Amino acid sequence: MRSLGRRITPALLLLPGGAWLIAFFAIPMAFMLVISLQTGTFDTGYQLTWNFAIYPEVIAEYWDLYVRSFIFAILTTFITLAVGYPVAYFIAFRGGRFKNILLLLVILPFFVSFVIRTLNWRMILSDNGIVFGPLKDIGLLPPDFHFLATPASVVFGLTYNFLPFMILPLYVALEKIDRRLIEAATDLYASRATAFWRITFVLSLPGVFAGSLLVFIPAMGDFITAEVIGAGNPQVFMVGNIIQRKFLDSLDYPSASALAFVLVAAVMILIAIYARVVGSERLTS
Amino acid sequence: MAATAQAQRKVPLGRRLSDLALPIFTAVLMIFLFAPIAVMIIFSFNDPAGRQNITWQGFTLRNYIDLWGRSQITTPMIVSLAIAALSTIVATAFGTMIALALTRYQFRGRGMTNLFIFIPMTAPEIILGASLLTLWVSFGVERGFFTILASHIMFCISFVVVTVRARLAGFNRSLEEAGMDLYANGWTTFWKVTFPIIFPGVLSAALLAFALSIDDYVITLFSAGSTVTFPLWVFGVSRLGIPPEVNVLGTLIFLLAVVFIVVQLGMQRRERRAAEARA
Repeated sequence: MRSLGRRITPALLLLPGGAWLIAFFAIPMAFMLVISLQTGTFDTGYQLTWNFAIYPEVIAEYWDLYVRSFIFAILTTFITLAVGYPVAYFIAFRGGRFKNILLLLVILPFFVSFVIRTLNWRMILSDNGIVFGPLKDIGLLPPDFHFLATPASVVFGLTYNFLPFMILPLYVALEKIDRRLIEAATDLYASRATAFWRITFVLSLPGVFAGSLLVFIPAMGDFITAEVIGAGNPQVFMVGNIIQRKFLDSLDYPSASALAFVLVAAVMILIAIYARVVGSERLTS
Repeated sequence: MAATAQAQRKVPLGRRLSDLALPIFTAVLMIFLFAPIAVMIIFSFNDPAGRQNITWQGFTLRNYIDLWGRSQITTPMIVSLAIAALSTIVATAFGTMIALALTRYQFRGRGMTNLFIFIPMTAPEIILGASLLTLWVSFGVERGFFTILASHIMFCISFVVVTVRARLAGFNRSLEEAGMDLYANGWTTFWKVTFPIIFPGVLSAALLAFALSIDDYVITLFSAGSTVTFPLWVFGVSRLGIPPEVNVLGTLIFLLAVVFIVVQLGMQRRERRAAEARA
């Protein structure tokens, strides 16, 4: 009786949540796949014609957007790593009793809706806004200088929005490091730089791995930043902008679904390559 | 003699400089992180001439007073709060159950289940939103309050599982066994022993779910139809400039978060003190 209970209980515990995830996460993915293979127009209706040709078509047509999304996302990943590492290091190693407060300060801005934060960045960085307006008035910048709607501005916005996703896993990895290992290295006459690169950095690699995935994946699919800080300039659009427009404005569901699937596939392939290169098994075990 | 003194001074000086570099860098980054928040707060008191709330015109409290009772502002707020409250309750219950199953029981397919829970958290939001849209479209479901609710419960479950599981990992099973030895049945043991211990984890999971739900824009956009939540409303009215009332509401939410965190920190400190006193 008890062993039966032990077998049934986990199934009962998993059932409602698992069913919910299957119904509203797994099954929709299947529907998106089916819809990507349909042809027709929104007015006449879409029929399933197993139109696999849509995949090479959308890849050919939007190849440059995938490439641009990749470049923006990889730049964002490197910048958040370069900027976030010293901060995570400082909090983990020298935060002392202010550790938790400092960590809270890092995430506190993110309690404000990200739509509001991004809109305020657009305002701060606008052509005659509070940063560039005065700089133009004193002649440090040419009057026609603008930052919004440039590729750099989109990467800037992405960096801001995803920075905590880098800092937190880095902090967790750095915090776990046994300080005696670093002491041992310096006792053996390693310089501070050598001790850092050979011990601290190597031991923090799981954090680097987790953080870069947590930044890269959402950055790759982002469209709000290009919409707001990129000021809707098609020259800085990412693939997410096209997916969103096709789904919600032009109602071209098949090619929108195909674009979304290619994005999923691209992200998965890139993660697989990355895990191969870094050796995720060695890192996560 | 002078040389050694100089050498002695030189090393600490270099060290001191590099020791200063990190805190200064961290401080600069904090300023960067808080820049849009500071601007939001300052411009919530701005008295703009037109809709273009871009330059400072003058101080006013009118934005805070005018806010209330305007249904175009309060309706999206109420919709968002209702969706956040309902999805928090459902996702916290479902997610806690999954976390219990994953940490307490050995069963076939546990690894797969773990992976399946993990994927929705890492997938780009646009993929979750877009695929749900294809589901609604395929079944001809009218998009609105309930489709948004279903999507929010979906993406909150995984975060709840991860948060509660972290709390369950350090859990001492012998307490439950003691309960069983004292002839409490499984149900009683759960509510009298297990639940009080994991409650802090469940509470932080619920808060996380609430925060995620009330702030969600991307997934909501694809499931909303003509229903307007708070983030959708903000985006809609801010096409050209940010109206002061958006910054007012942002400031109030921020204040709420600060108050909340201070209270939680206080509670944590008390819990720690109590634990120290017991030890």
